[in-house]
Amino acid sequence: MDFMVFQYPMITVQACLDGILLGVLFALIAYGMALQWGVMNIINIAQGDLVILGGYIAYFMYLYGIHPAWGVIVAPVIMFFVGVGIYKLVINKVVDRDLFISILATFGISILFMQLMNFAFGADVVLANSGYGTTFLFDSNVVLPNSKIFSAVVSIVFAICLVIYMKKSKLGRAIRATAQNARAAKILGVDTEKVYAATFGINAALCGVAGALISITFTIHPYMGLPYTIRSFMIVIVAGLGNLPGVALSGMGLGVFEEFADYILGTEFRIGSVFLLLVIILVYRRFKLSRKREYLK
Amino acid sequence: MYKNLTLYFVILFFGLTAPFIFPAFKVQLSILCVLIVLALTWNIQGGEMGYNSFGNILFYGLGMYLCASVQVGMFFPLAEWTESGGEKTFVHTPAQFFQGMAVGLVVAAIVPTIVAGLIGYSILGLRGHYFAICTLGLGVAAGEISGGIEIIGAGQGFTTPPFPNVGGLEARGEFFYFLSFFVLVLSFITIRAIYSTRFKLILNAIRDNEDKAEAMGIETMKYKIIGWMVSAFFCGLAGGIMGGLVGYIDSTDVAFDGREMGVFMVLMAILGGKGTLWGPIIGATVFHIFKEGFWTFFLGWQYVALGVLIVVIVIYFPEGIMGWLREKYPERFGEVVDEADRKAQVELK
Repeated sequence: MDFMVFQYPMITVQACLDGILLGVLFALIAYGMALQWGVMNIINIAQGDLVILGGYIAYFMYLYGIHPAWGVIVAPVIMFFVGVGIYKLVINKVVDRDLFISILATFGISILFMQLMNFAFGADVVLANSGYGTTFLFDSNVVLPNSKIFSAVVSIVFAICLVIYMKKSKLGRAIRATAQNARAAKILGVDTEKVYAATFGINAALCGVAGALISITFTIHPYMGLPYTIRSFMIVIVAGLGNLPGVALSGMGLGVFEEFADYILGTEFRIGSVFLLLVIILVYRRFKLSRKREYLK
Repeated sequence: MYKNLTLYFVILFFGLTAPFIFPAFKVQLSILCVLIVLALTWNIQGGEMGYNSFGNILFYGLGMYLCASVQVGMFFPLAEWTESGGEKTFVHTPAQFFQGMAVGLVVAAIVPTIVAGLIGYSILGLRGHYFAICTLGLGVAAGEISGGIEIIGAGQGFTTPPFPNVGGLEARGEFFYFLSFFVLVLSFITIRAIYSTRFKLILNAIRDNEDKAEAMGIETMKYKIIGWMVSAFFCGLAGGIMGGLVGYIDSTDVAFDGREMGVFMVLMAILGGKGTLWGPIIGATVFHIFKEGFWTFFLGWQYVALGVLIVVIVIYFPEGIMGWLREKYPERFGEVVDEADRKAQVELK
């Protein structure tokens, strides 16, 4: 254990800023998770693997000499079609079934993706260097890579665009109608099959954006997907479905928590603490609800 | 109750003679026994109780670490053992090895049972997919955390004591085979016994409608915890044996291996047919044969095959082998079939 955090206040500031910038990215992934959960009632364990796949798209652009920031545009386009493909092949057969079936099926997709990425891109930890430099604050006590600031800004822009799109466009209205009552929407002429495919595609596209940003800011590795799934799941259950400011806030909170866990417990316990936090949150909610004789649905 | 007695004796006879009939497959047969135990115990939660757990791997890994730690720690300083890696200066005498294994297995069975009892009240209050994700998180968290603890080897792993040089070349395989077969028989008898009591009906009531079961005056929480503790007991034992069999423990690749063992136990039970006594056994056998064939001939593609297999089984074959047989031959399962009615239904189709 290391209590540097409490002796040097600047480290606290550093951890908070890092955490918030990281949390914005988590919130973007969680937004996709909330979207498909709300509309299709599916929990996608392969969410994190879609993120990593998006990251590899940006990384490959970097390898071929294109600036990886363009991945933010290219990755979502490719990932949208990957998402629609997954929906057509697997998800449309599990939409109406038991939730556990969908969890297990997406778990299978996750294992499949992990291994295919391992074959295609190798098991090395890679990052796409954006060459954005760093910003120094408070007499160089706080160091912020510009790429982190860039990724946070891009995530916020994408999130705002998507919120407006969901409010104004025809497809957005159809998606929201299906989320409220799929049967009624179907009766009123909404092609729910198409809406589901589009929702899964949009979710995959969001994952693609987040992945491209992660490959610029942090590192990616074929087996790093599951923690992203768990983080987004955790953010959604803390915020509640359909609560967008909540998703953003709890995403940032999770980011800050992780940075502090990293400083205090050590990096080897970082992922472990995320998973343990999930268990603690679920158990806390279970006791809170059981007082009212309800349970998590 | 004794209608299948001949069948049991045939299986028992085959189990006892198997290592002599197939001497080259002793390790595979022991792994098969462990897999069957895991599938059988998972079925208590996933099949009978309707609580789809990804977290039984927690007890398996815990048992593995505990058994090996006790076996080493009884005679030598544990920290020095793990620090020295593969090259050992300490050697167990045969007596020390077997004593350590016996005590280690007892600890490996009892501590996970207690852990299951302690966390059961909090975790089993969750329902449906929240339970599934929570237990998934629990298993991964245990793997990540044990990978950071120095005394049990941290990232570099933990070598379990090598088998002592007694009884010839075949002794190691036979010892582990009969140990795992004994645990398999023990778990089968226990599970068969509890399935023939009211306990199974209560578990099924919880699966079908937990609120109604509670309203009928059943203390559902108590039975859920007991069911989980039975699972944890046998998972811990299986883990302890597997640790000795593999000879090397790594936190995320061997002990808390959610990507392999944690999914295997779910898959085996579903493949065989969850909610039946024989389903997990058949499922585990079929799965193990398939897996070994695939792992041998298509090395490297095994996870791709595993991913595809999960998706295919879950989507197209969720009732499993037993469910398929039941639909095909309902008379064998004690269901009374009205032939005329059945024919009429077939004609309607």
